[in-house]
Parts: sequence; structure tokens; C-alpha cells
Amino acid sequence: MLIGSSGDAETQAVQAAADAWAEETGNTVEVIAANDLVQQLGQGFSGNNPPDIFYMPWDQFQTYAAQGFIEPYAEDLENAGDFLPALVEQFSYDGQFYCAPKDFSTLGLQINTEAWEAAGLTDADIPTTWDELATVAQTLTTGEQVGLSMGREYARVGVFMNQAGGSLVEDGEVVADSEANAEGLAYLQELIAAGSLKFPQELEAGWGGEAFGLGKAAMVIEGPWINGAMANDFPERQFISVELPEGPEGPSTFAFSNCWGMPVGSETRDATIDLIEFLTSDEQQLAFSEAFGVIPSTESGSAAYAEQFPENEAFVAGVEYADSPVAFQGAAAAIADFNTQLEQIGSAEPSTLLGSLQSNLQAAYDEANG
Amino acid sequence: MALAAQRPRRGGLRRGEGRAGWLFVAPAVIITAVFLAIPILLALWVSVSDWNGFQSPLNPRVNFVGLENYAAITTEEGLDQRNFGTAVRNNLYYVLLVVPLQTIIALLLAVQVNRAALRGRGFFRTAFYFPSVTSTVAIVIVFQFLFTASGAVNAVIGALGIDGPDWFNDSTGLIHGALSAFGITGPPPALAEPGFLGISGWEWLAGPSVAMTSLIILAIFTTSGTFMLLFLAALQAIGSEIDEAALVDGAGPVRKFFSITVPMLRPTLFTVLTLGLIGSWQVFDQIYVLGGTSAGGTISTPAFLAYRTSFVDLQWGQGAAIAFILFVFIIVLTLVQRWVLKERSPKSKRRAAATAQEVGVTR
Repeated sequence: MLIGSSGDAETQAVQAAADAWAEETGNTVEVIAANDLVQQLGQGFSGNNPPDIFYMPWDQFQTYAAQGFIEPYAEDLENAGDFLPALVEQFSYDGQFYCAPKDFSTLGLQINTEAWEAAGLTDADIPTTWDELATVAQTLTTGEQVGLSMGREYARVGVFMNQAGGSLVEDGEVVADSEANAEGLAYLQELIAAGSLKFPQELEAGWGGEAFGLGKAAMVIEGPWINGAMANDFPERQFISVELPEGPEGPSTFAFSNCWGMPVGSETRDATIDLIEFLTSDEQQLAFSEAFGVIPSTESGSAAYAEQFPENEAFVAGVEYADSPVAFQGAAAAIADFNTQLEQIGSAEPSTLLGSLQSNLQAAYDEANG
Repeated sequence: MALAAQRPRRGGLRRGEGRAGWLFVAPAVIITAVFLAIPILLALWVSVSDWNGFQSPLNPRVNFVGLENYAAITTEEGLDQRNFGTAVRNNLYYVLLVVPLQTIIALLLAVQVNRAALRGRGFFRTAFYFPSVTSTVAIVIVFQFLFTASGAVNAVIGALGIDGPDWFNDSTGLIHGALSAFGITGPPPALAEPGFLGISGWEWLAGPSVAMTSLIILAIFTTSGTFMLLFLAALQAIGSEIDEAALVDGAGPVRKFFSITVPMLRPTLFTVLTLGLIGSWQVFDQIYVLGGTSAGGTISTPAFLAYRTSFVDLQWGQGAAIAFILFVFIIVLTLVQRWVLKERSPKSKRRAAATAQEVGVTR
């Protein structure tokens, strides 16, 4: 089993689960935490020696499925019908449900309560619209701290494009250069111009959570993994997570999920399916939630989760209107280029940024479908 | 002709010797074949196939696609071509700065630590060589701390009243930066159109980005020591009588350096330049540690792109094609450099001709 672990807590929890299953069934499982999951998977497959079961990252899933690397086993699972429909869709290729989502996360808005109170804000001020977000971000911006921060990448910025009613692919057509997407970027540019939005790179932080923990940003947009990160690295930080504010065209957030991948034609197919059923059971998923903060991928599991961890309710609520980030085969390269282009977001015209994304994505889309 | 005709007969007389000979060279031949020839041929095959990284590249599902992979990165307009063009541009500036600077610094260091009168010679030799024995990855991580926006480097230049950049994240090209000081911030129309490899002339002229410059400094820091050692060995092979002869002829230290030392170091210079050229066209580990896609794509290099295209995007054919283009490119450059550095005095030409004749005779 090859996993891309977020840290010791995750590795140990997965190891414990695998051991428990191994003891029950008499099989053996070796859990290996990858340094670089995608590279190690690529190496395993090209060397004809892939792991029997692995984390399949959402952004690589379509590519792997299209190339025929992974086994479409999910329909044979006993609990195949229990998963959240949005996740089933994310891990389906060509209409076939491929692999069981292992858990999921959505994005929420984290607020540093200390800074919030210091700025004289109350619960009534929690932003629910773009205008309110801009206002509180401005209020929270001081010499030492910026109001809002988030990763400078499509996986964060794209949320605002979706909230403005945009998307990258609609009804089989690439529409990255739409007015709505430009509106989303323009809104962020207003925040940047006002000085209330800075990206982690400008705050000397590796990611949004670090900027948040260091107190350099009073609000960030991250997922439930922030709980674990704060507990480990910044235990002092007091914060709450709320749903993302609504854009002009309604609420939107991104859902991220990995699935349990199995190589095509696996010799250990039956045993692996049994293991996956065990790992995706509500009970086991809730144990993972406790250990490293992810949300169970099944309907009943996520409901139990919201009850058990009321502070993370916002993330579960997000699943109602969450979109999956665009991830068709070959899109990753176009998105990576867009992320690079986003370094110019402070100065460039939205239409320029989206124009090159449109042409790159179109080329990738044509190749994937042609 | 006559000799050639005799050969089989001689082989016939000493039957079995050929077989024994093959037996003796077999280990070397097998090792070369398994670790060198077969992988290269396999990579060549991958570069003209549509192998997606699943199972063996020789399995029957893999198709021959001709030069499609090469075309995608060189002639077909698109993201792949632009990525490759940018990587080549970045690496070109890297080589143009690293190779001459590291060679000059290595030579100067070697001359200094070779001086008989230098106190603590052993200490300096070790100190200068030390960065070379440390792993690049460790040095990159130390440099990351030194070069952050609030790091030691910016603190030092801040003391001089200069506001330092955010080194590893700054994608501004040095030439662009210099031009903007004169108020030129955009390209003239002639340079704005996509040109060679999909990169506009304006972008080709960007110069190394600030991020790349940090990596250039890093490379010079780590490799100068190694090459210093090569120069030092060569310097010690220059006999003291030559120094004395120069002294008798009245040459000063500068004259001696340029007229005696440098010409006598020519073979070493060739080695150092060749190794430097190959090493800096293949730069990978620094880029990999830094993630490779930061700083607006200005630190990506063909070697890194080959890795990323293969392992992350699963386009192994294209990755292999990039690697092969790089391979051919390095060989061509090395040949050019060899030709440039060749001794061309009439005397040596005659000597070369004589040697050639001798060789011909013995054959």
C-alpha cells in the first residue's frame, strides 16, 4: 500500500487500520508513505510493479483511468451505493465508477478569532457575501497582518470564478475565458489593490495555513486539514471555520478527494476489495476523521461526522454546492501553467490570464476527446 | 589491403585466441550493454512511441508514432512547445553565466592556494573544496533560508540601504529589470510575436530571472571547488624550472599567468569547460528541490521538464524526446568547444600531421 501522507498522524492511522484488517483476515499489508506520490506511482507502473493499493490523487485520476492504469472495481464493492454522489461522479470515467473515494475535504473560510475580536468584529460580521468579505478583510488588515490569504492557485482562486457563475468546462465546451471567470479574478484583484489580500509567498509562508498560524493572515481559505496542521504546528491559534461567502451567482466551493486506487489486472483483487470495504466503512472512516481531520466519503459517515465534530460543520455543509476542480486527462499541465500565470494576478488583465488558460485547456481537451 | 588479407590466416593459425579474447572482454561488454547501450536504445524507442508508462515499453499495445513527440515540443504551437522553449531559455542563461564564472573563479582560487608562501594553505584548500563534497540538496535548503525575503542576504544588502527581492520567487529577468530602469517595460512590436520555440524575442531576451540568478550563485559556489582541485593538480605539474625561466626572461606575475600558466593549463581548461558545460546543461537537483514550477516557470530546465513530463504528466515519449534533444545538443556544444580550443599554431599542425602519419604507418 502506497499512501501520500499528510504527516505522522495519517501514516499511523492508516497503518493501524491496515494492521487491524490484516489480523482479521490473515493477510499482510505493508504501508509505505510516499515522499512524492505521483512520481512513485509513475515509477511503479513503468517498472511493472505498482502497489496493490494506493492513494489515487483526484487531479491524476482521469489521466490514470484514460491510460488504462487502474482497475474499475468500485461497482463490485458491497458499499458502492453509500458514497456521496458528487464523489462518485468525480471518480467515474466514461460513465463507470472506478474507485472508492477514501474521504473528502471542501474549502471553508478560517477566521482567527483573536484578530477578529481585536478588530472589534462580532459573530454578526461573519462574511456571507463578497462585499462583506472585502469589508472585513479590509478591517482586519493592519501593519503586521493581512486580512485574507490563500494559495495562489486554481484550486483556491477558481472558487471565486465559480462563485461568479463561471466554470472552465461546460456542456463539453471549454469556457475558461468567460465573463464570469474574469469577474471572479477582478474581484480578487480589487482585494489585492486594497492590500487586504496577499498570497503566502508574499508573506514568507509555504502555504495559507502557515501564514494563518504565524498570524500574518487573519483569514485563509483552506480545508479541514488545517485543523491537524494548527494542532501540530501552532497549537496556540484560536480559530473557527465557516462556509465560504457567496458570490454574485450563489455559493460555491471545491471538493477534493482521493480514492483508493488499484492497478488494472491486480493479482490481489479480491483481498484488496475486502480491504477497501473495510477502510471505507463508516466506522473506519470516522476513526480517520478523528486522527487527521478528513470527512467520511459516505452519506451516513459524513452526517455522523458533522454531529461528532460540530466545529467542522461548515466543511460538510459545503458538499451541497461543491464542485470538483477540473481534472480531465491532460488538464493538469494547463492548470499548472495557469498557476504560474497567476503570479501576475496583481498586474495582469483577467482576460489575458484566462485567454492563455482557454487555449491551453482547449488543446488538452481536444486531445483527450479526439 | 595486404595487411587485411593476411589477418584471417593469422587468426586461423592462432585458433581459440579470439574466443579467449572475447571471454576476457565479456564482463566489460556485458556491463556496457546492460547499463548503457540497452537503456539508450530503449529510451530512443520510447521517444518515438506512444508508451504511457504502463508495463514494459516493448509490450504490443505501444505504437510507433514517428517524430510526433519531437514535433510536439519543437514545431507544434502549444503549451508543450512553450514550456520547452522557456526551459531552454532559462538553461541557456544559466550556462552562459555559470560556465565562465565557475571556471575563472576555480582558476583564481587554484592559483592562490598553489602559492608556496600562502599561510594555512591546507585550510583554504579544504574550505574551498568543502561545498563540493556537501550534497546539493542540503546546500539548496540552506540557500532557501539565506535567500528568503527576510533572510540573511537581504538583511546584509538591507544594511546598505537596498531593498532586496524575494529571491527564489522573483520571476523578473535581469535584462528586463535593467531595461525597465530606462523606462522600457514592454516589448517593441517586432519582439512581441511568438518566435523560436513559441517564445517571443522579448522573452528570449529576458535574461536569467532573479530566482535563476540565486541558483547560478549556488552552482558557482558548489562547483568551483571541484574544478579548483583539477586546476591545482595541473598547476603542480608545471615544473618550477619553467617559473624560473619566466622570471629570468623578466616576466611579471600577470604576464607569467597569461603567457605561461594559462597556455600550459589548456588540456585542463578543456576538461573543466567540458564538464562544466555538460553539468550545467543537465542541472536538475536544485530545480527539483525548489519544486521547479515556482518563480513563473523561470527556473525550469530541459532536464527537469523531461522528468516532469514523464513522471507527472505520464507523457514518457515526450519526456524521452526532450532528453534526447538535450543529449544531442550537449554533444554538439562539446564538439564546437573542442574545435574552438584546439591549438592552431602552424607548428602543432605539422606535429599533428606527423602523428597522423605515424599512426597510419603502424596500422
